[in-house]
Amino acid sequence: MEEVPHDCPGVSSAQAGRGASCQGCPNQGLCASGAAAAPDPAIEEIKEKMKTVKHKILVLSGKGGVGKSTFSAHLAHGLAEDENTQVALLDIDICGPSIPKIMGLEGEQVHQSGSGWSPVFLEDNLGVMSVGFLLSSPDDAVIWRGPKKNGMIKQFLRDVDWGEVDYLIVDTPPGTSDEHLSAVQYLAAAHIDGAVIITTPQEVSLQDVRKEINFCHKVKLPIIGVVENMSGFTCPKCQVRVATKESLFLLKHRIHQPL
Amino acid sequence: MEEVPHDCPGVSSAQAGRGASCQGCPNQGLCASGAAAAPDPAIEEIKEKMKTVKHKILVLSGKGGVGKSTFSAHLAHGLAEDENTQVALLDIDICGPSIPKIMGLEGEQVHQSGSGWSPVFLEDNLGVMSVGFLLSSPDDAVIWRGPKKNGMIKQFLRDVDWGEVDYLIVDTPPGTSDEHLSAVQYLAAAHIDGAVIITTPQEVSLQDVRKEINFCHKVKLPIIGVVENMSGFTCPKCQKESQIFLPTTGGAEVMCRDLKVPLLGKVPLDPRIGKSCDKGESFFAEAPDSPATLAYRSIIQRIQESCSLRQPKGENLVGS
Repeated sequence: MEEVPHDCPGVSSAQAGRGASCQGCPNQGLCASGAAAAPDPAIEEIKEKMKTVKHKILVLSGKGGVGKSTFSAHLAHGLAEDENTQVALLDIDICGPSIPKIMGLEGEQVHQSGSGWSPVFLEDNLGVMSVGFLLSSPDDAVIWRGPKKNGMIKQFLRDVDWGEVDYLIVDTPPGTSDEHLSAVQYLAAAHIDGAVIITTPQEVSLQDVRKEINFCHKVKLPIIGVVENMSGFTCPKCQVRVATKESLFLLKHRIHQPL
Repeated sequence: MEEVPHDCPGVSSAQAGRGASCQGCPNQGLCASGAAAAPDPAIEEIKEKMKTVKHKILVLSGKGGVGKSTFSAHLAHGLAEDENTQVALLDIDICGPSIPKIMGLEGEQVHQSGSGWSPVFLEDNLGVMSVGFLLSSPDDAVIWRGPKKNGMIKQFLRDVDWGEVDYLIVDTPPGTSDEHLSAVQYLAAAHIDGAVIITTPQEVSLQDVRKEINFCHKVKLPIIGVVENMSGFTCPKCQKESQIFLPTTGGAEVMCRDLKVPLLGKVPLDPRIGKSCDKGESFFAEAPDSPATLAYRSIIQRIQESCSLRQPKGENLVGS
């Protein structure tokens, strides 16, 4: 790759910025100064912030359109039915933030206070945060590359005043890229309970979901389990059940995860 | 944001790396050296490479799971049915590359030659490239941040030896981020015919698709049109039609009318489409009489007509 030389010693290495292969790398100065290897101070700040949050759940899928946001929203609704349970729903899909619409909170704005950003409260015990609340119009495209998206996620985790929370649910975009790495890295010191992984029965979905499971193993994120969504359809006209996304392979046999 | 100071003068500015607000920015050295402002030499190299490619179509959607890869694959199949038409299908979804499976090419490997990387050929006139072909196992996760993905996309556009191609179809992941910006930027000098945008009838999808249309306007990417997928479902038992993804706000038809973009067509949800994709077979062969097949064919024809209004070098014969 042009951006990172083939023999990059790694940004945390003693050779960072100093090795022969570092010559010409655009990050050479940064590495040589030692700045790249220093841990981000935000990680400690987020650890502090998360002390008032009991449980943190990431909702993931390698595949798009399988129902992550739908599931995250209804997990939040379900948990918040007990008015003594404080629920927080954080949408870190920066390009396609669906949570405001699904929660019926379109047009709501985020307010700043002395203790940080206030989430938008659907109920007294259900607060929501999304980049969707920061846009002037829901049609505005957020055309950001990775580093800017990472900065936003850091702010969401560090600067939002969630208060005392029993469950923080983090809805993510599809994939295994910046948003997912950032969520895991920024919450590294704060302990994530685990990931709920959403799929549909199709093999094309399962293939991406296996990658997501692979991602979870690599970043040592526990997997709470998998949800198979769109698992058949009952025709409203004749009441016969039809498989709309037929599976050629049984999910539980291929993935070896509890359902 | 921490990464970029609030008063960043911009990486191309004369003040880049030198302004007061640049102090402490991790990119200060890079900007001050002038390296960040210089155009990427790859853009010219890609322009040269793309001289043998007549038409370039990006398949986009703000929303995931609406059928971009399914559509890209079947657009490729449809165009390649004419054996005199050379078709290339490039998958730039780096994290979730579905094209190898959908095209029945899982397990294939990419070969290097003196003239670059060889695509994997499904037919003599249909070549395919995807990061999926570079993985040791289809379950391997590609856990890359933006810059590394951008590098891969640059290599795909610059180093793949496509040969003489009539249509290059670029399948993308959902969103408006690194992959999309990189595709548009690296192809900036090579002229893209336009984008085909896929959606489902649901407002939750349309909302993301409006953002994608917004993206196209911002980067001056022409829009060939919108395809509404999963548009109605015919029960195979009783043959009656239902809507699974209800068009609560009028579906793509109303959106296209409001935003003045062409609606290329509506494709109904046929469970056999998903099955064909899983098996890696063309749905056209599996169900030639399905209303979905007929819809796809009509859409493909409209795309060909749109492309034929443009000369290969980018001059429009008719105002678009």
